[in-house]
Amino acid sequence: MSEQGVGASLKRKEDDRYLRGRGQYVGDIRLAGMRDAAFVRSPIAHGKIKSIHVPEEYRDRVFTAADLDADGVKPIVAVSGLAGFKVSEQPVLAFDKVRQVGELIAMCIGESRAEAEDIADAVEVEFEELPAVHDMLEARKPGSALLHEAWGDNIFLETQIDVDIESAFDAPIKITREISTARQCMVPMEGRGTVATWDSRMEQLVLYTGSQMPHIVRTGLSECLGLEQTQLRIVSPDVGGGFGYKGILLPEDICLGWLALRCGYPVRWLEDRREHLTAGANCREHHYSITAYADRDGRLRGIDCEATVDSGAYSSYPFSACLEAAQVASILPGPYDFPAYRCRTYSVATNKCPILPYRGVARTGVCYAMELMLDAVAREAGLEPAEVRMKNLVRPEQMPFNNITHKHFDSGDYPEALRRAMAHIDIEAFRARQRKGEPDGRLLGLGLSVYCEQGAHGTSVYAGWGIPMVPGHEQATARMTPDGGLELRVGVHSHGQSMETTLAQVAHEVLGIPTDKIKLVHGDTEYTPYSTGSWGSRCAVMAGGAVSTACKEIARLAKAVGAHMLQVKPEEVELAQGAVYSQTGRVTLTEIARTWYLRPQDLPKSVDPRGLEVTIGYKPERDTGTFSYAAHLATVAVDPETGDIEILDYVIAEDGGKLINPMVVDGQIYGGLAQGIGTALYEEMRFDGSGQPLASTFADYLLPGPTEVPAPKLDHMETLAPYTEFGVKGIGEGGAIAPPAAIGNAVNDALKGFGAELLHSPMTPRRVLEAIAEAKAAGTATRSDEVVS
Amino acid sequence: MKPVNFDYARPLDVDGALALLADETALVKVVAGSQSLGPMLNLRLVQPDLLVDITGVEELRSFEESGDKLTLGACITHADIEDGRLPDVTHGALPSVASGIAYRAVRNRGTVGGSLTHADPSADWVSMLAALGATVTLRGPEGARHLPVEEYMLGALEADLRPGELLVSVTVPKLGSGASWGYYKSCRKTGEFAHAIGAMLIDPERGICRAVIGATETRPLVIADAKGLIGDGDPAAFDSKAVTAALTEAGMRDPIERQTHSVALRRAVEGARGR
Ligand SMILES: Cc1cc2nc3c(=O)[nH]c(=O)nc-3n(C[C@H](O)[C@H](O)[C@H](O)COP(=O)(O)OP(=O)(O)OC[C@H]3O[C@@H](n4cnc5c(N)ncnc54)[C@H](O)[C@@H]3O)c2cc1C
Repeated sequence: MSEQGVGASLKRKEDDRYLRGRGQYVGDIRLAGMRDAAFVRSPIAHGKIKSIHVPEEYRDRVFTAADLDADGVKPIVAVSGLAGFKVSEQPVLAFDKVRQVGELIAMCIGESRAEAEDIADAVEVEFEELPAVHDMLEARKPGSALLHEAWGDNIFLETQIDVDIESAFDAPIKITREISTARQCMVPMEGRGTVATWDSRMEQLVLYTGSQMPHIVRTGLSECLGLEQTQLRIVSPDVGGGFGYKGILLPEDICLGWLALRCGYPVRWLEDRREHLTAGANCREHHYSITAYADRDGRLRGIDCEATVDSGAYSSYPFSACLEAAQVASILPGPYDFPAYRCRTYSVATNKCPILPYRGVARTGVCYAMELMLDAVAREAGLEPAEVRMKNLVRPEQMPFNNITHKHFDSGDYPEALRRAMAHIDIEAFRARQRKGEPDGRLLGLGLSVYCEQGAHGTSVYAGWGIPMVPGHEQATARMTPDGGLELRVGVHSHGQSMETTLAQVAHEVLGIPTDKIKLVHGDTEYTPYSTGSWGSRCAVMAGGAVSTACKEIARLAKAVGAHMLQVKPEEVELAQGAVYSQTGRVTLTEIARTWYLRPQDLPKSVDPRGLEVTIGYKPERDTGTFSYAAHLATVAVDPETGDIEILDYVIAEDGGKLINPMVVDGQIYGGLAQGIGTALYEEMRFDGSGQPLASTFADYLLPGPTEVPAPKLDHMETLAPYTEFGVKGIGEGGAIAPPAAIGNAVNDALKGFGAELLHSPMTPRRVLEAIAEAKAAGTATRSDEVVS
Repeated sequence: MKPVNFDYARPLDVDGALALLADETALVKVVAGSQSLGPMLNLRLVQPDLLVDITGVEELRSFEESGDKLTLGACITHADIEDGRLPDVTHGALPSVASGIAYRAVRNRGTVGGSLTHADPSADWVSMLAALGATVTLRGPEGARHLPVEEYMLGALEADLRPGELLVSVTVPKLGSGASWGYYKSCRKTGEFAHAIGAMLIDPERGICRAVIGATETRPLVIADAKGLIGDGDPAAFDSKAVTAALTEAGMRDPIERQTHSVALRRAVEGARGR
């Protein structure tokens, strides 16, 4: 392994500017004459707009749906091809009806944001309020108020899988639970933001917007604004965290684009935290009604589940309203092998903002449900949770393995990951200490969770879902510069993934060019090949594969030029360490580049006219996705008097295939873990009966901070993926998937003496105390000690 | 989320501040550390015409130790107290509580006077200063007033501050040599406002056994003579039933709230015992 190539923990190239505070985010962009926009947003969850009153003095600075309509601006429509999907139209600005708190009604322009807000405050909107649909289970019932009246119900999509479930019904263990996860906000450090301007020289609308998928935004925006795609340029500068929140075409983007066209000067909108919290709580809300069937030895006989996902008011572009729920059915079985399965899913429309796929997409909820059930089976069977998992995990000798929902697990040793996680803890000593009890009265618990994560899945998978965006070949451009440097251009975008470093490492691995002479160009539709962007743990696999493929092509071209310079045949040369060698001589890539660009007279007529620049596409040999996996282990101490939970130890044994930069992978896992802990213990947007979100600042929406995230023990396995370049697997999301399940199982393990069980995340002090109180009322406690009440 | 347009003044003495506050034609707001007012301005929950920044007033930034008490200017910050910039007359109670408020960045600016006037039930000083028997001094058009801390707070986010008045100082009595105190707050994470607070002062020399239960819906519950509930500080004598009954009596309906608050007080008693 070279010091800069694949496998090296190279320090991040991008950190120099980030750590000096010199990143360039949307909020740092200042254009001459730029004005600020603020929105009039709906204060209610559901209602008819009776009238919008704009004070006379602000007539030319406030715009409503009527103005957009006059220009033929189209609503956002994201249809899924799955049978029975009901279509919603998300108006760019609401006109007849509002369907969520925070929905856009009018846009206002000021010299400053404060002035724009003054104007927004002066606009009066009269509503006729309608009953709010705020509970997805109630929303499924006949008689519920309707969001989209023409549908006749509130269900975007219903799906069902049934594989022989009846064969499980005679199992000796049958456990049924209602499990759910709260609605969350994604809370990237940098919110959304857009600066829009018309470039009259290029005849282009230029949108600077923090986006994970600039090309998809361009495609969607062109449809809504009726512009040619060549008339649109999307620039996504430095992005301060995305997590899926920046993987969407927002109505705000369309508004800003329209404003720039209409007004002729640059306009800016920067989302503030209140907008984010109240209008952007858009992920994770799942409900599972789930039954596990098992034999007494802990072997699973079947899983029967009805899953409901709160999809919010509209189908968002491009992932649609049903991506979460439809995935639930196919990934609920997790890394386990069992013979019978049934899952019915509902994507339900409610008066909340549209659901978006958040880091871990559906997997976090699925893992929580499945892993809580495995522990419930373990308790019922009187077995250690690890034993039950070992009985059911797909075994290494079964790989590659087609599971019960036809997922193709590419490689790996799942039981070994669990063994390695457990090896970091002296389990027997922990159990002894747990039985003995803590001097301060706290209760100890240990929890496990195991998952496998499909990442970088491609055409065959997404074509099946039929959403507006189906990934095909991922393209990269590689181009040498006259001084021997290398430019890489990719259509994915980094929102924390360190691609400026890791893709340079990939190119270095192939060409031997020092990474400080390799520059990654990304985040600009003008300069990069089309791509669906950064999502689905796909960048290392897809963009890494594309860069490697392009660099191999550059190598071929450079070798031909080099062979000519060395006066030998192309097949007589080798490329190594940045130079082309023959038996007798050597020319460096720098000399080759200089010759191609600056001294073409030295090259023969027959030289390949492509020169030293290629754009080429890449797809893995199979595009059904890589399957990284991990076992997480948490130990916790629960205070039965206050309900406080402290994480004592956290272990992650993970397999991401070949790691391009292990340090970067560790960073991804730490960040994911922090978010997973947020889901497990803190983050929750609650809504009242009228659909009002109940948190509008971080005083009420709690996030884990540095003192709440323990330093995990990390252990990497590197089972090469069989179908990808270098054997890389996608791991970007994994850290956020397993923590709620591991921590939840640890808490339940701590509370088992009470017979108490928590089945809802986040597991707050109040929920702990309620579970204990309920268990005591039900008389399930085996503990004799009393707590105060 | 930007404030409305307002004017800003920074007087250099209390009289100058009072003169500005006396303007009845405008909505005038005092600002000290701005750690609570700042967010409220940004959220436009407060829309003042004029902000009077009192942190330039030397008198409000000073302290005075005399006889059996310590007087803190209203603009003494949590960090001033945490870092020991004033004498400790409370056997470590004030610095210890100060160091547990929010995060250091907030403590650098947040003031004692601002905290008491903001009157957030979950804040630390309203409970701890009540336990210590502190009083506030207000100055206004009608002269000066002195109130016990627990009476200055009328309810959630409501202080007994009359139009034109300024809180100028907080007076903390010195503890007797054998006194012990305890403070316990239950927070979901570091720096977060508490969801239950217990505070305890046992000062045999001065014949005080006072308990405070805070972070309720309203002002803290002060039990001036707590001997009956908690014996004389022996945690074993802690009567959780009686404490729970007192909380019910005070209007706390939710049994889980009662439990966590009763536990917080018991742990404060245990803490006092340990000192
Ligand atoms: C993130 C965060 C976390 C926090 N966590 C905690 C915590 O855990 N515990 C805790 O106790 N506090 C906490 N606080 C509050 C903080 O401690 C400040 O004490 C509090 O914000 C008020 O002090 P201030 O000086 O900032 O007052 P300001 O914000 O300046 O003013 C608050 C109010 O008091 C009025 N006012 C201020 N001074 C006077 C005066 N002398 N006379 C009359 N009126 C006056 C103002 O007009 C305003 O209405 C937190 C704050 C933040 C931002």
